[in-house]
Amino acid sequence: MKIAILSGKGGAGKTLIAVNLAAAAKKATYIDCDVEEPNGRLFFNPTDVKETPVNTLLPKFDATLCTGCLECVQFCRFNALVYIKEKPKLFDEICHSCGGCQMVCKAGAISEVEHPVGHIEQGFHHDICVITGILNPGEASGIPVIKNAQKQGFEQEGLIVIDCPPGSACSVMESVSAADCCILVAEPTAFGFHNFRMNYELVTLLGKPCGVVINKQDQPYQPLEQFCIEHHLPVLMRIPYNQNFAALASKGEIICEKDETAKAMFAELLKKIGGVAK
Amino acid sequence: MKVMIPMDEDRQNVCVSFGRAPFFMLHDIDTNETTFLKNPAADAAGGAGTKSAQFVVDHGADAIITVRCGENAAEVCNAAEIAIYKANGTDANANLAAWKENKLEKLTHFHAGFHGIQ
Repeated sequence: MKIAILSGKGGAGKTLIAVNLAAAAKKATYIDCDVEEPNGRLFFNPTDVKETPVNTLLPKFDATLCTGCLECVQFCRFNALVYIKEKPKLFDEICHSCGGCQMVCKAGAISEVEHPVGHIEQGFHHDICVITGILNPGEASGIPVIKNAQKQGFEQEGLIVIDCPPGSACSVMESVSAADCCILVAEPTAFGFHNFRMNYELVTLLGKPCGVVINKQDQPYQPLEQFCIEHHLPVLMRIPYNQNFAALASKGEIICEKDETAKAMFAELLKKIGGVAK
Repeated sequence: MKVMIPMDEDRQNVCVSFGRAPFFMLHDIDTNETTFLKNPAADAAGGAGTKSAQFVVDHGADAIITVRCGENAAEVCNAAEIAIYKANGTDANANLAAWKENKLEKLTHFHAGFHGIQ
């Protein structure tokens, strides 16, 4: 089973839920798709880490073969190509590496070159396979790194926990697309609720069944409670403010491995979603 | 010599967006002709700046007058040696007159992409 953990904003608790859910399962795969700032590895401290580079392909132009027909410029739906002073020019941060320009070039003036965009780390925390996608600073799109991290993770069997990037944009869609179900992590505030609804809309569009984890709850936030009732969304877990959880997390500890209350809470969550603990 | 100005729907005012302006005004100072052209990049999913700039290049403009301009569009214009002037107010005809009298300043600040978010 593949389960994606997402939230509409950063800091809601995606990584807390994803890391502890995988840890509660004991044997699982954790994939960090928050490639701009992956931090699940800070908790898992994986050993035997192997690195794999991630490259994308960018078109390269041979000006001596280019006839200036503009087929490539007109083909590019992302408008990454321009033609100025009888020379094609690429805006590589706009390019989506689709390879279309090369296919439409009748003159054979376009070849493809590899461009490094990031890397994947794969290691172990006991029986948990920890896979981390890491995007190089300055790169515009994390999608190729997310794709590679998932490809590597999906080779594993059993429970797969996907830690998504925050928000509801392309990188989140890519992270969620292969999941069987989703956990939406929400904060019981007006801001948290607003972002939660954007996430809900996205996963509904993608046809993913989902449940809700409400984090940092002192008191129920009524609009969120009402929304979950109206949309038949199960609230799978409520995490109160807890000084010990915060203290453990700040030291990079996995709370369900160190705190009995957390251990029971995450075992219950795992049971509810139908994951299996060894 | 040709100058192009990104225009609002009303074809009177300079559009604040270069890449997503619905129209361009094309003025040829040699013939004193003015034409309005639909911007093919106005509804582009992405890369509106580069596509608009290509449109301006393809029409043989020597200069553009704009409120603002993104980094990518500016890079295209610079490579094509198209001068970028900063609009003063939104009245397109007043800007055109000011430009002819050499009263407009060059645009020197170029913003990063808005990626469709205004």
